[in-house]
Amino acid sequence: MKVVIASGKGGTGKTTVAVNLAWFLANCGRKVQYIDCDVEEPNGNFFISAHFSKRISAFVMLPVVDQQKCTSCGECSAKCRFNAIVRLPGNTMIFPELCHGCGLCLLVCPAKAISEDEREIGIIESGMGWGGISFVHGVLNIGEPMPKPLIRKVKEQGLSDHIQIIDAPPGTSCSFVETISDADLVILVTEPTPFGLHDLKISEEVARARGKSIRVVINKDNGTFRPLEKFLEDRRLKITARLPENRKVAEVYSKGDILLEELPDYREHFSSIAAEVFRQSENLEHSPNGVLP
Amino acid sequence: MVSGKGGTGKTSFTACMATLFKKKVLADCDVDAANLNLLLNADVVEEHNFVSGHKAAINRDICISCGGCREVCRYQAISEDYRVDGFSCEGCGACFYRCPAGAVTFAKALCGHFFVGKTKKQEYAVFAELLPGAENSGKLVTAVRKKALEIALEKGSKIILTDGPPGIGCTVIASLTGASFVVFVTEPTVSGVHDLKRVMELSRHFKLPGAVVINKSDLNRSYSNEIVFLCLERGFNLLGSIPYEPLVSQAQRQAKTILEYAPDCAASNAIRQIHRKLNRRLETL
Repeated sequence: MKVVIASGKGGTGKTTVAVNLAWFLANCGRKVQYIDCDVEEPNGNFFISAHFSKRISAFVMLPVVDQQKCTSCGECSAKCRFNAIVRLPGNTMIFPELCHGCGLCLLVCPAKAISEDEREIGIIESGMGWGGISFVHGVLNIGEPMPKPLIRKVKEQGLSDHIQIIDAPPGTSCSFVETISDADLVILVTEPTPFGLHDLKISEEVARARGKSIRVVINKDNGTFRPLEKFLEDRRLKITARLPENRKVAEVYSKGDILLEELPDYREHFSSIAAEVFRQSENLEHSPNGVLP
Repeated sequence: MVSGKGGTGKTSFTACMATLFKKKVLADCDVDAANLNLLLNADVVEEHNFVSGHKAAINRDICISCGGCREVCRYQAISEDYRVDGFSCEGCGACFYRCPAGAVTFAKALCGHFFVGKTKKQEYAVFAELLPGAENSGKLVTAVRKKALEIALEKGSKIILTDGPPGIGCTVIASLTGASFVVFVTEPTVSGVHDLKRVMELSRHFKLPGAVVINKSDLNRSYSNEIVFLCLERGFNLLGSIPYEPLVSQAQRQAKTILEYAPDCAASNAIRQIHRKLNRRLETL
């Protein structure tokens, strides 16, 4: 079971919800794995107190031109859609940061002068946190523009017999799409402000287009924000929990502590989120092809 | 303005600076979650399509089901029955070149729009909307940046205030390109400090000067102190600290900045002080 916690807008409380949901599920005796897909700025490890036992490099494929064989015909640079290859007299240059590793240049080179090598874009660390929670995250190298291949590789570390709690990156572009691609449930965390609502609308549209089951958690709730309530009604979106706004929550978060340990009042909210996860997980088991209706 | 971590207050801070700086152009480079104009409320005076990259499509009447496209596609974007998943397709064209039947079309992709808005004070703001889930967000940032520069040159504005995206990836790199100065808006939390370090390193990579603003500074004294040390260690100035202010979220609900909503609160005073310091610093550039 793969549960993605996402939001669109940054700072709405994705990590808070993901960490405390993982804590709650682990305390219910479930096998839980926390997967941090925010590879640009991974933070889940601070809250899960992860001890890493394994660290591997994540690579993408990068073309290498054999200048001896290269005839400088320019086919590769003309065909590359990402402007990652430039032909200069006697030298065909590759720009690694622009390359998407698609392999087209290998296909089109008439002189068979291009081969591929691996290039590191980040690392993947995994280990254990408190309560026996398995933990894995990716850390993108600084200056590396493309997080998507790393996110894909982080998700490959998912344990199929665990409930996977996946912390998504902020935003609604390709990183977010990659993170939710094989999710069984997407929990969108929003806040009752015009910003939160604006970004909720976009992420809901993407998740819906991908055919995902969507639930909503309203964080920093401090009374009715009509436009948000109306949107949720119109879209028939189910609110799984409303977490009240409280400066103490922000203080607990600032230290990297667990909200449910410091402020037990919030446990009832997470019990309803967990119940929703269990319900989806049962539906999943009972569906013949492993796909939710 | 960048932050690394999302939700530290970049947009709210940028909107406040927008009310204080004179003769500037605004640019919202957080193109997949663009919120600045919700506060500025500028009227759109120009709209542009943002076409970038390509998307493959397969004409199944012509397709001979040879499987060649599926073999060369590295993004698993082509299904067993030869349909292209537009979300997975990165637009590399491998299938297009590989197809022996000429069944693959490879059209330019509309990835979003960008807009020029005019505020009540007759100032310009450039912002964008990436289509939900679309690719090429970095290039859309570049389009926004270039448009803002064009307007600034035309109108003789000396300052472009850019609201950056969270993270350190392509959109952040594209936002920092061509910048003269970076303001790091951070918060004293374990995540805020960790993410600040990474985005500071990124700025170092581009050799950009910068300074730090600590938002919600009284949430955690020890992390606030850590940020002050970090500034000293990395050679960035501290522009100032803004205390945690519950009125900020109420101001946001009414689509107002805290300066408009509660001009006399401690946070507003701190913001005006930061503006004076930032203004002086920018004049030395």
